[in-house]
Amino acid sequence: MPRSRKPKLAVWKFASCDGCQLSLLDCEDELLAVAGEVDIAYFLEASRAVVKGPYDLSLVEGSITTPRDAERIHKIRRASRYLVTIGACATAGGIQALRNFKDVNEFLSIVYATPAYIETLKTSTPIADHVTVDFELRGCPINKRQLIEVLSAFLHGRRPNTPPHSVCIECKRRGTVCVMVARGTPCLGPVTHAGCEALCPSYHRGCYGCFGPMETPNTASLSAWWQRLGVGEEDVVRVFRGFNAYADAFRRESERHEQ
Amino acid sequence: MSNKIRTIKVDYLARVEGEGALLVKLKADRVIDVKLKIFEPPRFFEALLRGRHYSEAPDITARICGICPIAYQMSAVHAIERAFGASVDGPLRALRRLIYCGEWIESHMLHVYMLHAPDFLGYPDAIQLAREHRDIVQRGLQLKKTGNEIVARLGGREIHPINIKVGGFYKVPTRRELQPLAEKLKWAREAAVETVRWTASFPFPEFVSDYQFVALRHPDEYPFNEGRLVSNKGLDIAADQYDQFFIEEQVPHSNALHSRLKDGSAYLVGPLARYNLNFDHLSPLVQEVAREVGLEPPCGNPFQSIVVRSLETLYACDEALRLIETYEQPEAPAIDIEPRAATGYGCTEAPRGILYHRYRLDERGMILDAKIVPPTAQNQKTIEEDLRRFIPNRLNLPLEDLTWQCEQAIRNYDPCISCATHFLKVNIERE
Repeated sequence: MPRSRKPKLAVWKFASCDGCQLSLLDCEDELLAVAGEVDIAYFLEASRAVVKGPYDLSLVEGSITTPRDAERIHKIRRASRYLVTIGACATAGGIQALRNFKDVNEFLSIVYATPAYIETLKTSTPIADHVTVDFELRGCPINKRQLIEVLSAFLHGRRPNTPPHSVCIECKRRGTVCVMVARGTPCLGPVTHAGCEALCPSYHRGCYGCFGPMETPNTASLSAWWQRLGVGEEDVVRVFRGFNAYADAFRRESERHEQ
Repeated sequence: MSNKIRTIKVDYLARVEGEGALLVKLKADRVIDVKLKIFEPPRFFEALLRGRHYSEAPDITARICGICPIAYQMSAVHAIERAFGASVDGPLRALRRLIYCGEWIESHMLHVYMLHAPDFLGYPDAIQLAREHRDIVQRGLQLKKTGNEIVARLGGREIHPINIKVGGFYKVPTRRELQPLAEKLKWAREAAVETVRWTASFPFPEFVSDYQFVALRHPDEYPFNEGRLVSNKGLDIAADQYDQFFIEEQVPHSNALHSRLKDGSAYLVGPLARYNLNFDHLSPLVQEVAREVGLEPPCGNPFQSIVVRSLETLYACDEALRLIETYEQPEAPAIDIEPRAATGYGCTEAPRGILYHRYRLDERGMILDAKIVPPTAQNQKTIEEDLRRFIPNRLNLPLEDLTWQCEQAIRNYDPCISCATHFLKVNIERE
């Protein structure tokens, strides 16, 4: 990216909890330094000042769930040199993608007395289903240290270094004793993408899949191990139907156990 | 100016958590309509909780809001424990209070320094404010960080903590592990006193209302997780009577349900309500600083909520220090839980006000149905009523200034739109 002017950063929100964009404001030690390197041109959670596009880097949070948003994402893509999705909603549809397995009208009538007022799509889908995405940062929420790595990589024209291996590797590096082997606690670590620094096992808890599937996960083998630990078929379905339920590998595994 | 209808429009409210808009219609100098529109897409949490196991509720409901996940986790675990007849006491109860102190500090300092203070000082955001007042913004960021460190120490991470469960925690800290927090909190307590003095020096518009404040009240504590629901107008009920006194209704212009009391009246939840109803339970230091800046209750000016948030932050630092000093590590990280078919109610004090959860569970602990009422949904009606009264005396202002002031009046409530749809754009129309 040319250094003659500061690169323009935009942060966009779709259906989400705001937590991933909050991660940027949670970089308390780095925030003012980042603001010194980039022109924060569009970031409504933080500022009422809006600078017109095009933008050098767009961070997109949230999933596509309304007809209006399905159009808005195309405008954002056209105004962005690089588009990076942040978090499980933007990358896999989020927890709200559970509607994809059900009838959305039933969901509407459970929450709203007059569903006709509400505009919503039948599905919650990741950004990459709609436009070309240059990089996907995983996590529910994202890891703020990885966010700084992504910002720094794109500002310097290189690929971000965010390892695609499983949470298991992070446990080994951390020296955490395997909760599944040592305690018989069901854990999604073997099939889950790294990035959280293997948090749950270090709290004596099995991984519940915040970062979605790792590359080439053997979900069938893991389900078999879970069942040997006494986990029932319907519980296996629920476990894969979390914050990354609509990510390919997790979706297929949950459907396999539904029949 | 004629009889034409003029509109004030803010298509996309900034410095609030989530997506919302404001539309105000004016005819001559009368406000004929105020609509706070929440177009944040609905995410259907109450529907997707059906058929999930009770143990998943704290992690799923945390995802409603990245700013106050602890509030969701706390209301969820308390509601479910009540359904199962379980009660968490002693050090586990103290740790829950401690992590909630962390969330109040983090959330209040985000709002005070990053979202609300720039309005009073005429800056578009905290980054611009930092260009001229770097030390002040740094102080806010470090305070916020201290809150986040409490949440991360006890919860595993700041956003969507992983260590909260029905019955207690997955793992509890040793006394020694909490000590580094105490050192930071001693600095934070001093910085919070400075924050109260700083915000109390802001220019506040003359705008006082006789609100109906609703908050929790505990016999001897400033409220976090427990207490009766009380108001300054005579309400005094248990959390499980919530549905008998409050209703949620859908309005065509918003994806967030509006709450009101059954008699139709609007009410206000959040820092101002808690402060007015529970001042006697604040620590002596907080009461002393409140008197020093001249903000003893009753306080009916919503613009001064920024000072109250700062005072509550001071309280949270003070209380967190007390909790750490008196902490004794419990023998087990959680109590045993036996599911049973029952309905449980939980109401806790999120940074923005009371957050009500209700779960109906079967004998295996599966969720049959769920109801969640976030604070912003409860404040929507009051925000609209504030604007109806706020605008008429300011119609001589240029449209741009009036619009900004309307935004500021909305930000008094620190609205969390992500929460409310489970909300802000401003439009002012003039005829």
